[in-house]
Amino acid sequence: MAFLTVSWPVTRVRIMFEALQYDFMRNALAAACLTSVICGIVGTMVVTKRLVAMAGGVAHAAYGGIGMALFFGFSPQLGAMVFALASSLFMAWVTLKRQSRADAIIGIVWAVGMAIGVLFADLTPGYVADLMSYLFGSILMVTKTDIIFMTFMAVLLCALVPLFYGQLLAYSYDEEFARVRGVPVAHLHFALIILMSLSIVLVIRMIGLILVIALLSIPPYMAEKYCRSLAGMMVLSSLLSLAFSLSGLFLAYRFNLTSGAAIIIVAAAAYLASELWLRCRTAARA
Amino acid sequence: MALDVPDILFEDVWFSYNCSPAVRGASFTVPQREFLAIIGPNGGGKTTLLKLALGLYRPQRGRVRVFGVEPRRASRLLGYVPQNSNFSLDFPVTALDVVLMGRLRGLKGFYEKQDKIKAQEALEEIGMGGYELVRMGELSQGQRQRVLIARALASEPKILLLDEPTASVDVEAQGILYDKLRELNKMITIVVVSHDVSVISSYATAVACVNGTVYYHSSNEIKPEMVKLAYGSCPVEIIAHGIPHRVLARHEGKDNV
Repeated sequence: MAFLTVSWPVTRVRIMFEALQYDFMRNALAAACLTSVICGIVGTMVVTKRLVAMAGGVAHAAYGGIGMALFFGFSPQLGAMVFALASSLFMAWVTLKRQSRADAIIGIVWAVGMAIGVLFADLTPGYVADLMSYLFGSILMVTKTDIIFMTFMAVLLCALVPLFYGQLLAYSYDEEFARVRGVPVAHLHFALIILMSLSIVLVIRMIGLILVIALLSIPPYMAEKYCRSLAGMMVLSSLLSLAFSLSGLFLAYRFNLTSGAAIIIVAAAAYLASELWLRCRTAARA
Repeated sequence: MALDVPDILFEDVWFSYNCSPAVRGASFTVPQREFLAIIGPNGGGKTTLLKLALGLYRPQRGRVRVFGVEPRRASRLLGYVPQNSNFSLDFPVTALDVVLMGRLRGLKGFYEKQDKIKAQEALEEIGMGGYELVRMGELSQGQRQRVLIARALASEPKILLLDEPTASVDVEAQGILYDKLRELNKMITIVVVSHDVSVISSYATAVACVNGTVYYHSSNEIKPEMVKLAYGSCPVEIIAHGIPHRVLARHEGKDNV
């Protein structure tokens, strides 16, 4: 078995198995898989419905809930969830009325949520180390409870999407036509935004609220160019997310890096490579 | 449906987006199997009128009825062909998937075999058979337009409403399209918003000139004055040398009416 020590890929495999001995690493891997499914499905809808900015706003506004939770001493997850839901519903409601100023409203909610979080963190006595990990994510923070919630969300999404696929496709491609066909577009819109907010809160643990927007947008945007259906885009972006998360986690473990940042940089590099390849292909055809 | 109920009824309908009204006191009826051309300048309220009939907008005053009921309740009997230019070409969707949208019924479950057959037929009817699995973004403007029409036909509508279906289609394809509409007109009512005044000449059985207000004219009274009313300072020449309602080219370039 001498070859085991020489070839680099095999060494990598050994490191991975070593890592698996730790409980937190097993949790992190499970979280990576679930995150990928969630981000693949939600991200596809977010990208095709142009809700990326709103997703960013929700993620940052959630920080207000985290700060408040630390100050009053309740669960930060709960605080984040309440803030994410409240801010997203507010944005959805206001943007429905004033579409043309949606970006300004999103910007305001984004910053105000963040500011509330920072102020409450200031007011909280003692050292608040926990806050940083919400900003950039930490695999150490993923708990069994998180995994259970993520599993629930992933299953829910996997059940809902096929059930209402036709409606979802019509809603994201041509809202007005969907409405003429009797599809309750407003209900779908709010359902999507609620699911998006809950998903963001669940994923924040893993990659942090600053970086979650990248995992929602990079894989679907990449996948879109290779797919001819929304379903295909969801599956491919889930697979891409998984590849990015696993390689990012490996790099984070190997070189002691922040997991969220490592995942995003891997995703960005892959995106660049994909874009270059597509350009070359188009150029070769012309 | 009683025979005396018109397909579409507008009764003193007012609608405004912000403050300035886009539609001012529109009153007209569209009888069964009419071929109505809605013409008028940009921003005159043509599309608004269509969306009021579709139930996408609610009138702020007056009432709109489709087959005698609220447009929303009748909307599944309507085939809608929106303006082609609003769609993202990056969107991952095939022609068949788009046409299948015409078979949607509210939140009701999956597509059935029958839906796929109807969608297929609609594509073939409009000369797009064989393009089922092609991505929308890879089709030409004219082909995309035809897919959108196939989608409306897949609904098996009683009224077909089209918003500038020939805006970006070449002249030859325009002719094919309007011939197809005339054929469909034997069975169903057609309402078409168009910049293209030539539609009136050979296809329309009635014309609505829209410039905030609606001037409705059935076939036997199409006169130059009415187009002037709608277009105001930018008149359109209409000559009726024995051939009724023949329309000639406008003074200005084609686009800036």
